[in-house]
Order: sequence, then C-alpha cells, then structure tokens
Amino acid sequence: MYQFNYRKASSVAHAADLQANADDGVYLAGGMTLIPTLKQRLAAPSDVIDVGGLADLRGIDVGATVRIGALTTHADVAASAEVRGAIPALSDLAEGIGDAHVRNRGTIGGSVANSDPAADYPAAVVGLAATVHTNRRSIAGDDFFTDLFETALDAGEIITSVEFPVPARAAYAKFPNPASRYAVVGVMVAEVDGAVRVGVTGAGPCAFRSPELEAALANGISAAALDGVSVPSGDFISDLHASAEYRAHLVVVMARRAVAQLA
Amino acid sequence: MAETGTGIGAAVKRKEDARFITGAGRYTDDIDQSGQAYAVFLRSPHARATIGGIDTSAALQVPGVVAVYTGADLAADGIGDLPCGWLVKSKDGSDMIQPPHPPLAVERVNYVGEPYGIVIADSLQAARDGAEAVAADFDALPAVVDVATADQGDQLYETVPNNQCYDWELGDKAATDAAFANADHVASLDIVNNRLIPNAMEPRAAVGDYDAASGVYTLYTTSQNPHLERLVLAAFVQVAPESRLRVVSPDVGGGFGSKIFVYAEETAVIWAAGKLRRPVKWRADRSESFLADVHGRDHVTKAELALAGDGTFLGLRVKTIANMGAYLSTFASSVPTYLYGTLMAGQYKTPAIYVEVRAMFTNTAPVDAYRGAGRPEATYVVERLVETAARELSMDPAEIRRRNFIQPEDFPYATPVALTYDTGDYEASLDKALQHIDYQGFAARRAASEANGNRRGIGFSSYIEACGLAPSQVALSLGAGVGLFESAEVRVNVTGSVTVITGSHSHGQGHETTFAQVVSDRLGIPLDDVEVVHGDTARSDYGLGTYGSRSIAVGGSALIRATDKIIAKGKKIVAHNFETTEDSIDFTDGIFAERESNRSMAFAEVAFAAYVPANFPLDELEPGLSEKAFYDPGNFTYPAGTHICEVEIDGETGVSTIVAFVAVDDFGNVINPMIVEGQVHGGLCQGIGQALLEHGVYDDAGQLVTGSYMDYCMPRADDVPSFTVDTTVTPCTHNPLGVKGCGEAGAIGATAAVMNAVTDALGVKSLPMPATPETVWKALGSAA
Repeated sequence: MYQFNYRKASSVAHAADLQANADDGVYLAGGMTLIPTLKQRLAAPSDVIDVGGLADLRGIDVGATVRIGALTTHADVAASAEVRGAIPALSDLAEGIGDAHVRNRGTIGGSVANSDPAADYPAAVVGLAATVHTNRRSIAGDDFFTDLFETALDAGEIITSVEFPVPARAAYAKFPNPASRYAVVGVMVAEVDGAVRVGVTGAGPCAFRSPELEAALANGISAAALDGVSVPSGDFISDLHASAEYRAHLVVVMARRAVAQLA
Repeated sequence: MAETGTGIGAAVKRKEDARFITGAGRYTDDIDQSGQAYAVFLRSPHARATIGGIDTSAALQVPGVVAVYTGADLAADGIGDLPCGWLVKSKDGSDMIQPPHPPLAVERVNYVGEPYGIVIADSLQAARDGAEAVAADFDALPAVVDVATADQGDQLYETVPNNQCYDWELGDKAATDAAFANADHVASLDIVNNRLIPNAMEPRAAVGDYDAASGVYTLYTTSQNPHLERLVLAAFVQVAPESRLRVVSPDVGGGFGSKIFVYAEETAVIWAAGKLRRPVKWRADRSESFLADVHGRDHVTKAELALAGDGTFLGLRVKTIANMGAYLSTFASSVPTYLYGTLMAGQYKTPAIYVEVRAMFTNTAPVDAYRGAGRPEATYVVERLVETAARELSMDPAEIRRRNFIQPEDFPYATPVALTYDTGDYEASLDKALQHIDYQGFAARRAASEANGNRRGIGFSSYIEACGLAPSQVALSLGAGVGLFESAEVRVNVTGSVTVITGSHSHGQGHETTFAQVVSDRLGIPLDDVEVVHGDTARSDYGLGTYGSRSIAVGGSALIRATDKIIAKGKKIVAHNFETTEDSIDFTDGIFAERESNRSMAFAEVAFAAYVPANFPLDELEPGLSEKAFYDPGNFTYPAGTHICEVEIDGETGVSTIVAFVAVDDFGNVINPMIVEGQVHGGLCQGIGQALLEHGVYDDAGQLVTGSYMDYCMPRADDVPSFTVDTTVTPCTHNPLGVKGCGEAGAIGATAAVMNAVTDALGVKSLPMPATPETVWKALGSAA
C-alpha cells in the first residue's frame, strides 16, 4: 500500500466535495476491490474517501419498486424478506456472491460502480431494467455498463441507490469460477413490463443483454424455446478458466437453467 | 488398545487446539524483537535474464531504508550456495549436475520471483518504498518453460548440457523387455502430473537476530525441519557454526513439504541480522508464496503395463521427465527417484519393472517434495495404468487388482524396485472399500444419472507408500547427505510431570497430543502431566523434523526407547529404595511394584526419589530421571489402502461432482483415530484438488499465470463430499508401536481414484489434470 490521505465523508455532498478537491481521490465503500488493489500497490490514489459510514445510503425500500441503497451489503440484500418477497431472483443472486466475508463487506453500489466483468449484480441491473441513481442523475441500467471496468458514471459521481422494477418473474443462474467464485457466466432471465429480458455477466467485457436469447424467449419463456439457440462468442473473454467458446455455451445453459426455475 | 480414556488408541481432542482456535498461537510473524528492521526481497520480473547492474543509490536515499544487499554482498562475505542434500547418479554412473544456487542471484536470474536482493528498513512500508527505488538492469533471455522439451531449449547453465540434471534408472531392463515380449496385452498411457503450488495457510517467514555479546545467531523461521536448517546454514552456507546458531521453529501453520527446505530468504535474513547487528524480519506476502515457495509434482510420463490374457501383470515400464525448476531445492533430486521409482510395484506382484527418470532444469520455481513427494506421482502412474488395463481387457477394476495383489503370506515381500514390504493385507482394505461404496449398487446409480442427462463413473486407487523416512543406512547408500533417524528425550520433572522433547516438528499434525498420549500411556500418568516440546535446536537434540509421514513411526519409536529407559531407571531407583534387585520390580499403570511383596511406589514418588537421592550408591545409580534415545528405523513403513471415488458429471456444463469418496487405509496401529481421520481428510482434499482444481501454470514467457487465489483454485469444503474413512490394521513389524504413519496417504491415493472415476464416467482413456469443467465439457463432446 502506498501512503494516502484517508478522508471520512459525513454526507454525499461532503464526499463529492472531498473528491473534487483531491488530486486523485477514490471512493471507498466495502473495499472488496479497492483494498486488495491498494495492498498490491496497483493503485496510488492521493485520497481515499470513505463513504462507508453514510447511513442514508444504506437500506432497502420495497414498494412498487425495490430500491436498494448503494451501501447496502450483499448479506443485507440476501437476508431481506422484503426483497425475497418481491424479487426472489435478486435474493438468490446476492446470496451467491463471493463468500460470507465478501457478502458482509461488499456493497451493491461498489459492485455496480466497478463494472467487474465477472460480478453478479450487473446481470441484475441490465436483466431487470434497473435504474442507477446517483448524486447527479438517474441512469438506465441498459446504458450503465460501457466496457471492462467502465461505466456511464462521470468522474466523482456517486451512486446513491439502485432501483429495480418488480418483474412478473425472474431467475438468475450462475456458473461460478471454481477459484474465485466470481461468475464465469451469470444469466438473469426476467419478464419486466411484458417484455422478456436476458442480462448476462461474466462472458463479455461488461454485462449486456443478449438479443439472441431475448428473441428466442420473446414468444414464451420455455426451455424448449432455447433449443438450438447459440450466442456469438466474438468479444467474449477467454482465460485460464474458460474459453470464449465455452462461455458462449454456458450462457445458453445458464439461460436454460434460469428458465427452468421459472417453470 | 484403549478405546476410551487418553491412552494409545483414544480419540483425544487436541491439546494444542485451544490456543490455535483462540488466536493464541505463536507463529514466526508474531515474534517481534526490540529494534527490529523489516526486509523486502527484490524479485526477478523475468523468467530468465542477465543482470547488467543493480543501482541501489536511490533506494538508500528513501527515508527509513537501512541497507540494500545483493548477491554480490553475500558472496563477498563468503556466504555459500544453497545445496541439494541428495546426490543422485545417472545411468552411466556420473553424478547429477547441480548448477550454482546462490541465495541471492548473481549475474543472472532464472525464474520469475527469484530473489536478487534484500532491502532492509525501519518499517515495512519504507522497505517496500526502497525496493521500488532499486533500478536493476535486466537483459531478458528466452525462457525454457516446458519440461518435455527442456532439452531442446537454450542451455541455462554452462555446466548443464541439455538442461539435464540426471538420467536415472531403476530395475531390470532386460527382464522387463522380456516380459513385454511375452505379453498378451500391453496397456499404455501418456501422463502429465500437473504442477502444484503448496499454499500452506501460514506464509513463510523469518526473524533473524544476532547477539553481539555472545556471538549467537537466533533464527526464528517457518521450518518443518529446524535442525536441518541449522545444519545447512552452518555447514554449507556458513552463516555461523552450529554452536552459535539457534533455529527456532515455533507454531507453524502447515507445510506440506514446502517448509522442509532451506530457502534464500531466511538465509539472507539471518546473515543480514549479523551484518547490521540488528534483528531483521521478513514475512512472505501470499503473492510471494505463489512465486517463490517450492512447487510440487510436474512430471511428464509414458508408462506401459504388460499383461497376460488373464490380467496377470508381467512387466511395467515407466519413462518420466521430471521438472526440477530453475535450481535444485534441498531434496529435489530424491523425489522423482527414490521416492518415486521405488514405488512402482504398488500393491502388486509385477515381476519385472524398469523405470527411467530424466530430471530437467527449466525457468520455473524450484520443484521439491509436496505432500506425498514422488509417491502420489508413482501411485498415479500405476493406478491409472491398472485401471486402463482393466478396461482394455474388459475386466472388473476390483478383480484385476485382486488377481495381482501381493498376498498376506508373501510378506516380507521384496519388490523388483529395491523395497521390501514388511506386512499388509491389501484385499482386506479393498473389500471394506467396496462395501462402503456399495459397489453392487453402482450400475443402478449410473443408470439414474444417465437418465438425467448426466454421467457417473467410479474409480479405484489401491495405493502403497514407503514412509517413516527412513533407515539411514538405506538413505545414505542411495545418496542422502543426512541420516534419517529421530531423537527423543523424556525428562521427568521432580514432582512427576514429564517434559518430552522431540526432534520431530508439528506444523498441524497434533504431536503435542499424540506424543503425549504415547508417553502418558507408557508411563501410566495423566495426559495433562505430559508436555511436548519441539522446534528449537537449543532445546532438543539433533533431529530430522517432520515430513514423509515419519513422526510417529520414527519420532514415536525414539520416544518409546527413551520411555523404556525411564522405566528401567525407575526400577533401579525403586530396587534401591526397597533394598532389592531391579528384576524383581514390575511397572504397570504408573506403579512400580515388587513382585513378591505388597510394596510399591507411584511414578511421581520415584521421580521425587530420583531428584532427592537418599543414599544412592553413586557408582551404580546416578541421580535424576531423564533419558534420551535416537531411533533409526530398520525399514520404511508401508501404509497402503484402497480409495474409491464416485463422481457425477453434469452433462451440460462438464462440472464433476464427487458424490462419494471412500478411503480405507492400513496405517498399522493408530494412536489417535480422530487425528488420523483429520490427516486423511486433509490429504484427500489435496489429492482431489490436484485432480479437479489445482494447477500451477506458467505462460510461454515463464510468467506465473496462477499467482493468486483468483486463478489458483484451492479445494474448499464444498468441493469435497463427506468422506467415508475407515481402516484396516496390519501392525508394522519393525517398530515398537507397530505404526506406519498417516500424513500423506490421502494425497497419495486420492488423485488416481478421482481421475479413474472421471475417465470412467466420460468413457475416455485419459484426461489432463486438473479435469476442469471446460476440459470435461470438451471430452463430453468428443466422447459422445
């Protein structure tokens, strides 16, 4: 770790102000990615701005939608009876993130802001047509993830909550990386406002909706509808754990398994 | 044997666990010395490069940096190379070739992570800053990474033609060739035994301290083998003579072999402590552990089994290329030879065996013993080949083994590869394992899996190991540079409690409990009255540490010898007190009693009498009650058993799930069945890890791809089933406890069982390890 200035934010506005006035300020939420990066000296921010204590960014509000404060931990989401009542697929997803330590520290805002290609939440953000609320605006889930570790967030912009419409039905199926337990492939299949949406994480540089799978399921969500369907593996990740070809195969298999949960 | 209580055979809870699970263990990194400085190592970013120059001037300007030393500084101080302690000879009688191995690289580096300097500072932070400020001028060279083609790569050392360390053989080539000429069938396999990275929970660490007043060096370090550490640092590296060098190996959090060896880091740390006259501390980051701990396995093998039409084994031919990495680690040369080739008979009466092993240097981390050390590799060859032969001859895999087993009446049994097994009953373990797995029901279970679109397979592994390392006579004649006996001291304190000091070293094995049980049982005193001391060269006699499942078989035997001497001395004291002769005194359950009278003395009374020596005839009877013994075994011990794995493969994803795993092992007599079961569980996890999950991967440039837990897949609880563990018992015939050792069996037996099951499920002859989901998925496609 390099030396940095530690700043504890007392409000979202204060955090943004600290960031604006720092040479190179970064926000610290759960720290699940930032802390290991700092420990390995792979980042050298001038200021680490700790937003973890901002109580108003933590909490779950379930009504017509499910609105989850950015600092809500995965464990809190997984344990919420209200979330499970409204969107059980989201509970399942949160329950399957990393391990108990990660779930107790990691936050939905941190996960979404990082746009790790193998993180679970991005599949829900695109698959469930979520809206990402920030201290400046609201961003549609479809527009949020732009590339590997890249999002639509501007410099210094802070996610305040992620809001999910309650889908008619939804299911998430994940093929975990045996080593890291990140998603090699994770697929969220949902019916939202009468439309079928399929959000995919793990396979490409960032989470995306699969037009092939959505088209196949458009006339009825059934496993049979996925027979013979394939997805192009062109820009998929190839690494030690899975080739692009295998990932493309798994996307369809996980979609089928998500669909099976809906039956 | 006692099934209850605390004696031999009782499942006593571990005495050491209270401190471990409450965070009160004292590990090397918990040790801080007044005024200590912190070390960070400079490590090569290249797999192979020449070092043009190392500019340390900027580093020395970093606030807090105390010193920066390079290999040249150690050389100037006369610090010697790290030696390999086992000389292997090639077929032509020539000695193996050992390239120079300076603790800190000089002029060239040969693997990524190789240390070439040490930066010492007032704080760890400053040391890291200093390390970043060092400018080393590397000229990168093409790396030799693949062991199979290492002889065709650039020559890495002037003294090592073709990068070959040795070309070794064992067995009768002519007889084996003749067996193949007469065979009805030959089964053959190409096998890659994948490289593993040990991953002890506690990273390696060292604290060096030099006391200028006495000239004594003290090294606290994470060693399985503190006396060997001291011997090598004194005699070869020449840090200080043994009399002024103390090595303490306190609580150690796992080793699996990786902490047997003498490494560059503790060598540099203890030397630097003397140079600076200031304590120096280093603890590896996990990233450093991946790069610079000694790795395991990494063989490429072609193996053939000659059979008669009825499945009788006629001959075995094995040709292996073994990766030594960039340098010869402390015992590296012995692992693919005397701990590998000698095990090729397995549990079978194969009459003719011929093994050839070429050991090669590559630009990768050194490879040495890792849990099982050569014996898992041998078991993998033999048991994969036996299963392959069974399939090719359409024989039941249990039946082909049964047909070829060495029978109980055949012991002692001399194999064609230099070992003499003392005892065993291999069918007993096989039969028990078949029962536990419900072998009869397998066909129905397979059909049920297939009906669900999945595959199911079953795999056997009837392994044997030679452990209880080792008869010194044998080891020395085969090239070992050290004896392999063990020391023990039983020190009875004045009021009857007992301090046991052993040359064995516990780094998770539970010796504080097991050894105490042995002594408590023999002396008839409460378990709580026995304390076990280990891991300090200043407190124990020269010992050889813990590896090769040797602690109870060799260290425990030494303990029995010392305990016997205590009892004999106690009888003398009692005889003196009763004014009778010692042969009229019996010792039972902690009571010394005169056979022909009702007079007796309790153990504690005798201890007190020993130290309050009233009227002792001093010419015949010395005061005190403290005895030592050195035990050198007459033979190896031969734990053996049958493991059976049942696996289900997801037909869509290729994920292999172990649905059942049965391990039936013959460890001879068992001191603490709970600890033994734990050892088996841990070993099985590692064996399963090798088969399905773990792989140390370098890319073509020699960069370690699997350098963190994001990519190196350690087995976790949900990767393994609830094991069924059982034992059979044929007591070892040549040690006083009849014990064989249990530390490595799980890792030795499991891998072949898993891969036999996976290949059975897939209907393929072989599959590379680890059998990852993608590997299996591809095989599903090709086997369909």
